[in-house]
Amino acid sequence: MEPVIELKGVVAVLGSFPALAGIDLTVNRGEILLLQGPNGAGKTSLLRVCAGLMPIERGEGRILGIDVTTQRQEIRSRVGLLGHTNGLYLDLTVAQNIAFWAATVNASDSEVAAAMNTMHVDGRLASVKASQLSAGQRRRTALASLIVRRAEIWLLDEPHAGLDAAGRDELDGLLRNAVAAGATVVLASHESERASGLATRTVTIDGGGAR
Amino acid sequence: MKKSVMRRRIAIAVARKDLRVEWNSRVLVNQVAPFAAIVMVLFAFALDNDGILQRVAPGLVWLATLFSMLVVIQRTFSVESADGALDALRVAGVDPGAIFVGKALALMVQLFALETLLVGTAFVLYNITMTPAGLLEAFVTMVTATVGLACVGTLYGGLAAGVRGRETLLPLLLLPVVAPVLIGATRAMESAFGSGGATVSEGWPWIGLLAVFAVLFSALGSVAFGPLVDE
Repeated sequence: MEPVIELKGVVAVLGSFPALAGIDLTVNRGEILLLQGPNGAGKTSLLRVCAGLMPIERGEGRILGIDVTTQRQEIRSRVGLLGHTNGLYLDLTVAQNIAFWAATVNASDSEVAAAMNTMHVDGRLASVKASQLSAGQRRRTALASLIVRRAEIWLLDEPHAGLDAAGRDELDGLLRNAVAAGATVVLASHESERASGLATRTVTIDGGGAR
Repeated sequence: MKKSVMRRRIAIAVARKDLRVEWNSRVLVNQVAPFAAIVMVLFAFALDNDGILQRVAPGLVWLATLFSMLVVIQRTFSVESADGALDALRVAGVDPGAIFVGKALALMVQLFALETLLVGTAFVLYNITMTPAGLLEAFVTMVTATVGLACVGTLYGGLAAGVRGRETLLPLLLLPVVAPVLIGATRAMESAFGSGGATVSEGWPWIGLLAVFAVLFSALGSVAFGPLVDE
């Protein structure tokens, strides 16, 4: 088992509020880890620390072997965080959106085609503007961008939000496929029943700590 | 791949993306350009006596450019924030300096197109004439002023992007800072147009000021854009 996320006694603050209060967490490659907990428990802050976005005040941590205290920019380029928004350009087509992300990492046309195929946003959908997509189609386009960026850890905040039942099923399948292809998934979700069925392990976050 | 090569690639990708967004949406062509032309026509209505238009035409061209630029900058950053794309770029660790350069390049292209339209409108509406030397000076003025405006516009657009009330904040922040460009570009354009008896040679020192402004804000933007959008 290769650990890709290792946090020991991590403390992170939002303003003067301790968002994470000495959290310990290890996630191995190929896991689908579900973070559960009430609003304000620290789930999103934990995802942001793992994404290299939020500095830590105390403790130590390594993401993909990279130190979270000193090399956050390097972490960002190797993980993908998908929050409540999809990060799409609404006036660009699906293909243009994904091609843009591909250009930022010098990905090849074949990688773009494979990502679009994996997320089922190729064919007719490729030439549709993002503004005209359904919520599920936008989510799939955003996930295709994560693939094309070669994100090794997918950090997903409420990934099922805004999707209908079919879209949720499809998303679960896509995440399993991503893990089979070598990715690691950490997701925060309030939809415990659905997400539990997807996850290989569940961690409860409460008061900034993990149980 | 070397960092500088990757940076250049990302800057070009960002610029192409911004221009593609404009191509797909046609906001510059269908909304901003008509707005700029209307501003020029309204100036003509307001100041149409005793050849005053010929004297003040350079200033009117640059005022209309600044007003139109505000709309273009608002647009270029609203595109980024509509679905959290700028956040996504930041989250993905994309070099902020490259984002700055790419967005500034796209803004330069759009501003230059606008300025060309405005100068053309001034020729038609305000009865302007120019010598070949004046034409060259006008072109160099437009290029140097555009670089400065695009760099400072991108920097302040990024600063205001994440702030509530950015639509009103951006003009408040930006217009005082671009005052040197307005002054320098207007004086240089007066020389190019020969307004009020000005000669072409009088304009080049003002172009020097525009060049200094452009260099200053391109360097400042490359360094400061990342921390500004990160906060």
